[in-house]
Amino acid sequence: MARIVETATAPVEKVPVDAVDPITLDLIENGLRNARYEMDEVLFRTALSPGIREQHDEFPLIADPSGKMVVGQFGLSIPDFLDGFDDTVEEGDVLLTSDPYACGAAISHANDWLVVTPVFHEGRVVGWASMFGHMSDVGGKTPCSMPTDARTIYEEGVVIPPFKLYSKGVLNEDALRIILNQVRMPDWNRADLNGLVAACRTASRRVVEMCERFGTAVYLSALDALLQRNYDAMKVLLATVFEEGRTLSFTDYICDDGVGYGPYELTLSLTRRGDKVHLDFTGSSPQAAGPVNYYINENLTRMFFGIYMITVADPQILWNDGFYPLVDVTIPDGSYWKPKHPASLNGRNHGIGRVFDLFGGLLGQTNPALLNAAGFSSSPHFMYSGHYSSGERKGEWFQLYSIGFGGIPGRPLGDGPDGHSLWPSFVNIPCEYLESYYPLRIERWETVADTGGAGLHRGGNGVDVAYAFAEPGTIAIHDDRWLTYPWGVNGGTPGARGTKWIDRADGTREVLPSKVHDVPVFPGDVLHFVTWGGGGWGDPLERDPELVALEVRRGLVTADGARRYGVVLAADGTVDAAATATLRDELRASRPAELPVFDMGPPIEELLERCEAETGLPAPTRPRWAAADVRA
Amino acid sequence: MTYRLGVDVGGTFTDVLLVDELSGATWRAKTASTPSDQAVGVLNGIGKVCADAGIALADVGQVLHGTTVATNAILEGKGATVGLVTTRGFRQVLQIARSYVPGGLAGWIIWPKPEPLAALENTVEVDERIASDGSVVRPLDEDDVRARLASLRGHGIEALAVSLINSFADPAHERRIAEIAAEVLPGVPVSLSSDVLPELREYERTVTTVANGYVQPQVKRYVETLSGKLRDGGVAGELAILRSDGGLSSAEAAQSSPVTMLLSGPAGGVTGAVWVAEQCGYSDLITFDMGGTSTDVALVQGLAPRIGRETKVGDLTVRASSVDVRTVGAGGGSIAHVPQLTRALRVGPQSAGAAPGPAAYGKGGTEPTVTDANVVLGYLPATLAGGEITLDVDAARTAVGTVADAMGLSVEAAAAGIVDIVNENMLGGLRLVSVQQGFDPRDFALVAFGGAGPLHANALGKLTGAWPVIVPPSPGVLCALGDATTSARSESARTVLRRFADLTAADLAAILRELGGEAGKRLAEQGVPDTDQTVAYQVDVRYHGQGFEIPVEVTELGDAALDTLAAAFDAEHERLFSFLLTTDHELVNARATVTGPRPGVAATELAASEGPPTPIDTHPIHISGATVEAHVYDRVTLRAGDVVSGPAIVTEMDSTTLVLPGHAATVHPSGSLLINPVREG
Repeated sequence: MARIVETATAPVEKVPVDAVDPITLDLIENGLRNARYEMDEVLFRTALSPGIREQHDEFPLIADPSGKMVVGQFGLSIPDFLDGFDDTVEEGDVLLTSDPYACGAAISHANDWLVVTPVFHEGRVVGWASMFGHMSDVGGKTPCSMPTDARTIYEEGVVIPPFKLYSKGVLNEDALRIILNQVRMPDWNRADLNGLVAACRTASRRVVEMCERFGTAVYLSALDALLQRNYDAMKVLLATVFEEGRTLSFTDYICDDGVGYGPYELTLSLTRRGDKVHLDFTGSSPQAAGPVNYYINENLTRMFFGIYMITVADPQILWNDGFYPLVDVTIPDGSYWKPKHPASLNGRNHGIGRVFDLFGGLLGQTNPALLNAAGFSSSPHFMYSGHYSSGERKGEWFQLYSIGFGGIPGRPLGDGPDGHSLWPSFVNIPCEYLESYYPLRIERWETVADTGGAGLHRGGNGVDVAYAFAEPGTIAIHDDRWLTYPWGVNGGTPGARGTKWIDRADGTREVLPSKVHDVPVFPGDVLHFVTWGGGGWGDPLERDPELVALEVRRGLVTADGARRYGVVLAADGTVDAAATATLRDELRASRPAELPVFDMGPPIEELLERCEAETGLPAPTRPRWAAADVRA
Repeated sequence: MTYRLGVDVGGTFTDVLLVDELSGATWRAKTASTPSDQAVGVLNGIGKVCADAGIALADVGQVLHGTTVATNAILEGKGATVGLVTTRGFRQVLQIARSYVPGGLAGWIIWPKPEPLAALENTVEVDERIASDGSVVRPLDEDDVRARLASLRGHGIEALAVSLINSFADPAHERRIAEIAAEVLPGVPVSLSSDVLPELREYERTVTTVANGYVQPQVKRYVETLSGKLRDGGVAGELAILRSDGGLSSAEAAQSSPVTMLLSGPAGGVTGAVWVAEQCGYSDLITFDMGGTSTDVALVQGLAPRIGRETKVGDLTVRASSVDVRTVGAGGGSIAHVPQLTRALRVGPQSAGAAPGPAAYGKGGTEPTVTDANVVLGYLPATLAGGEITLDVDAARTAVGTVADAMGLSVEAAAAGIVDIVNENMLGGLRLVSVQQGFDPRDFALVAFGGAGPLHANALGKLTGAWPVIVPPSPGVLCALGDATTSARSESARTVLRRFADLTAADLAAILRELGGEAGKRLAEQGVPDTDQTVAYQVDVRYHGQGFEIPVEVTELGDAALDTLAAAFDAEHERLFSFLLTTDHELVNARATVTGPRPGVAATELAASEGPPTPIDTHPIHISGATVEAHVYDRVTLRAGDVVSGPAIVTEMDSTTLVLPGHAATVHPSGSLLINPVREG
């Protein structure tokens, strides 16, 4: 338990929440929002590692003195962090950790470095600024520190317990030296860590400025009022959206865990009773043998839930923890969501992504018009590393880390964009940048026609990036949705699954599993990394035939694929109206009158049976709870 | 021929400013804009202003013009049908658009993806490949090029853009395609990415090249029409167009690279503000241009506006140098509302626009706007000087009353809240260009213009600590003033990706001098002789491995050039981010900007004060929860040295200035009002 050292001991005389001037409240809300975006900006522009620099894999937070998030994106649990931190916290301290098990899953794998700083003003803590970012390498047995066969966290690189990186403003250089000695690209980590600290200091300055401008008492009272505002808003929303006592439930999957088990069932149920809802992960699979566990905490669950609820009602509202008392969460111990130490965690990116599909599928059931199809719910990783074997750089180490993108699902608003990101502010690394800095050439970077699910609103297409290697090295891949389908909704069909293969220089083709590392590659080999498409939304037979024809001309749908929409094209590419009408009638006659809300493709058993034939990869073994683990 | 004409075409009005270079005397004219053919309105204005000044059109030496033709083509989606040629495998470069989705978590649910400026059905791939070092991997298959270009016939292609992978390293294939296109698609103008933006990053280079082609036919038509009409009308002087970076280019240069003038309009406001501040003796300033729907802000240091490497118009972001103007969706027409769920007061981004406009304008608007709040508070007197517009105070009170009821506040308190919130939103914009770039706004003056700027300027001065707040005379025609007082400019740029360890000072000097030579030659072709040219060098530098570059001025080309440059970069990095790295520096882009001489326009001078100014009226205003009487002054009666003590309202034809209690406005001889806090005691 952290002991907070404050030189000012007199309590701050806060005003009652309803006595805070409403305009001041809005001004402080706005100031907090600006400070949070400023944190992003500082880090993006200074980071060296590709994960943060290009992909923006980082999350900021500003909290009140008790650690409740008043603005941010991910509900890092500062109270959990402080509980596990057995030391003093003083002005000028900067705390660092990368151990998910030591901070109540405030971060979810050891690649994430979490910085927490107290914000002091006039001798007392007026809040906390915190940020974590994904370090592209934290040591361990594989470049980029995400071994796909890891069974314990000890295989995943340096795991930093919570400690004072800065004590009263003084950097602990020895500790930093020891940490950076474990990693392959210490310059990256140093720059990113500097950026995280600079961002937290920026936020601290803004908080102090607000205390000076409005007075500490008013500032702190306003935070209480902002938390209350979320609570009040959510209370109304819950009562409006969810029927008393009715349990909603939804299950999606992680295809495999990298060591031969899968699919893992991810089940989430929701029931409202009175003012409160209960979110329950019971029914989910046991923790994975391989590194795909997503260790989530209760607050993060509340946060994901809240995003779907509040943003729709008042998108300008400031995100905070205020509504958390209205949401109870049950996460079974030893499950996929709460694995026991020292379970491996590095590949939890699929689980984080799938949470979007899970909540989408769960909450969309209350209002099918707001239901999105399943989409690009992961961040597929690709790594390539080695030593230059010739030329000016002979002997020099290269290490590429990049995230791929795919098909956004069909949405109530319209088609899902092709080859885009579900994650906020992520961008791809340009071909010309890759070719300038790494020994490779990109032969093709295009979305694949027909990979988006058919629907009134088409799912976005997945992407094929073809990497031609110029130096010997090894590659690693983290991907999913190669076995289960990105589902369609309201009559829309599923998107296509992802595939990966290497065309070797000698002409042979080698299909790769979706999670693999240390695959040797040689000059002339070409890797095709094909991501999955988004599910379709709505009845494909209702889609405008002219739009289908246009998309065929655009190369986004093939003439054959147009038939999924019941559209027949003439030889010149124009719509054959008569043939289209006939085909649509046939298709309508051959399907149920009422289209299913969810189309998840064939059942799991069937997928497993046909796995090898369809994907070229052996079927995984379904995970089972050991009898002793099943809780009554 | 000592007259210069500044011309600014806005959505509603065309402003024309005639300057006598010798005396500094100015004449202004405001005429209705003519959207169907902007040239008509421009000619009307020019005719009117010359008549006022009693000069012939033939006496006008130069017509300097900020135009929104290119901007509007993009905003209204009315540009050319552009064909695009890419390297095989990259046809969907604009479709994928770097995979970027704006907004926060779950933002993808509500994001309408804009259509690419060049449609996929008009995009063809050709067989060729150049490596990142410029070497040829696969030669250009000319037969393939011919066949692909021929397939675009019948698509109504009005402009062709060519953007091949790694063409920044070797433009040969793109140039050959241009030659073939001239045969296969005769008469279609061609934009090559290696000409428009020879910089690394294929998406940014492609979208910029396509945007160039997209606006080119309209810009060309407009510039040719206007030049022709000016000539027919007897204007002997040259037409020059304001670039987004605040410099002028010849009409011909504007036609070949119109993408450099997308922000021609706002750049005029910033250059005008620079001129005004300079007259008042200030060289560091932040501009604050508040209009009906949005507010533009920019930072100027040492009379030089900060230049950004991106230009944003609506959804479109291209890589072209422009005055770093940030836009906030807050203006006089911004609508206040109270979402039922949270009971928070929100202002904007929805705007009542020009129609129906604020409730107080009596044109059918009923929703409470910022203007209505100002009316309720008494900051905008119901009858303005000149009496051209009468404001409907009751309608404003009714509209603001809806917010007051929702929040349980008095109408005045709700109005004060609306004004506070919109000020706070604009403060966000001011912070973007100042504190977030490492600048302390207290080191800057604040120059306020636009229809609503002077009304909110004093409050923004209080929030930022930027003093004095400068309100130029006739804040509405500042853009035209900027057009008339800036200088000719040309820029050459190139990607040179090299770590400092692999670079010598001599290499750097050679690259920059070559770029300077190219830009200088272009300026010479526009009639600015070598001897009148000033060259400035700038490079984009980062620590090797970083994803963002920081632009740094190159001040010396001698043996120590790289050390000086590294030190300058480190200082900038420290200022922006408060830390340094020991990683090697890397040069990314190099640029040379060549500028012609600044026109010698003399300043006007007001007659000296003859004692305290006389208010024309008093008016009750609500401020900080109390009602006080404010003096009302007519700006045309103010003299140099007059002091207007707050609370006070200064009215003029196109704007109203509010001076808050505890502040005073001093009238500068150049005509500007300088608002400062009054020292206590």
